[in-house]
Amino acid sequence: MSDYIIHDHNNDGIDRRGFLKCMAWAGTGALCVLQGGVLKSFALGQMDHAHAGSLKGELSFVQISDSHIGFNKPANPDVIATLQAAVAKINALPTPPAFVLHTGDLSHLSKPEEFDALEQNLKSVKTGRMFYVPGEHDVLSDNGKQYLERFGKDALGGGWYSFDHKGVHFIGLVNVLDLKAGGLGNLGREQLEWLEKDVKHLKSSTPIVVFAHIPLWTVYPEWGWGTDDGAQALSYLKRFGSVTVLNGHIHQTMQKVEGNVTFHTAMSTAFPQPQPGTAPSPGPLKVPAEQLRNLLGITDVDFVRGRHSLAITDSPLAT
Amino acid sequence: MKKQFIRRIAALLLLLVGVAGLGSKNAHAGSQENANQVKIDNFSFTPTTLTVAAGTTVTWTNSDDVPHTVVSDDKVFKSKVLDTDEKFSYTFTKPGTYPYFCSVHPKMTGTVVVR
Repeated sequence: MSDYIIHDHNNDGIDRRGFLKCMAWAGTGALCVLQGGVLKSFALGQMDHAHAGSLKGELSFVQISDSHIGFNKPANPDVIATLQAAVAKINALPTPPAFVLHTGDLSHLSKPEEFDALEQNLKSVKTGRMFYVPGEHDVLSDNGKQYLERFGKDALGGGWYSFDHKGVHFIGLVNVLDLKAGGLGNLGREQLEWLEKDVKHLKSSTPIVVFAHIPLWTVYPEWGWGTDDGAQALSYLKRFGSVTVLNGHIHQTMQKVEGNVTFHTAMSTAFPQPQPGTAPSPGPLKVPAEQLRNLLGITDVDFVRGRHSLAITDSPLAT
Repeated sequence: MKKQFIRRIAALLLLLVGVAGLGSKNAHAGSQENANQVKIDNFSFTPTTLTVAAGTTVTWTNSDDVPHTVVSDDKVFKSKVLDTDEKFSYTFTKPGTYPYFCSVHPKMTGTVVVR
């Protein structure tokens, strides 16, 4: 297979063979396609050319998450190296992504030098633009002031915003501020009011992509993996035919479909965390060094207009 | 010969008493130390409820690989971010019940009761 786009029949910048190749390196990944609200998933080994052909889209973007720059414990003593591997993975995609979403925990301790190192290392990503939302590790000491100055200059409130790209409405939410004792992630009244207004004028046929750090759906409340007022936010999106929710925080992939809403969490670029309930706590999971890069990775998202299809491909750094 | 034997017995007894004394002293010191310590480990505070006398300084130590904070629900005290092995201390002067949590992982909660 070629590294170049040589079969661009639809003039959309995507070559079916190149696309197949990009999925081939995913190895153990799964590909999920939402068509008319129905999820179809394929193990990558089962993908045939007909399926791959139906996945050609006109917008592709990448999600990365949980880089934890500054972390240096045994679970991954070199988080810069694995972030660089993620960048290399993105730059090896057959079509450069329109943009890259980072869904938070850029830093481990909100230190200026950690934010500096993240920015430096992401400069070489071949993409149009980077978009960010903060994780709880990015707002540790100053309630997010430093994060906003660096990564959220154009954002509203605590760092939320929306934008449109090729007919898709993207919404970046912040659910890591003003957390309450005993509670989960928190969006807060001001942000919810903004969200309700933000989507009010949109046609129900507009595809929506929401991204935030902590899962907006309840993954495992015992470990704080959920958002207290997430259901309220999702109630504003009920009338839309295609809603995709992309989160990080739990350092592993997980997917759920509820009606027209697909929920997806991404791998970390730094260290894995245990599956819900399989360890005494959600702390960093120590795995043998040779296995680490199988559990870290990037998420490639491909949107197909007309079919309301969104193909989500998780790709580990290894292979 | 007999004198020597008695001396040996006496020495042994002294030794035993000494060891026992040391032991109890250590145990005493240990419980004193634990009485005002809260360990942060596996995303939880241990003990979850700590009862101390007014005037006691309580120290929290983070033994996790991830940062935590110690923040009073009623904003009475608030630590900076504690990385691995970092500590935070607060002296409780007034009797009362002080619920607190980790503002990074709010599912982590604890209480200090001051008598």
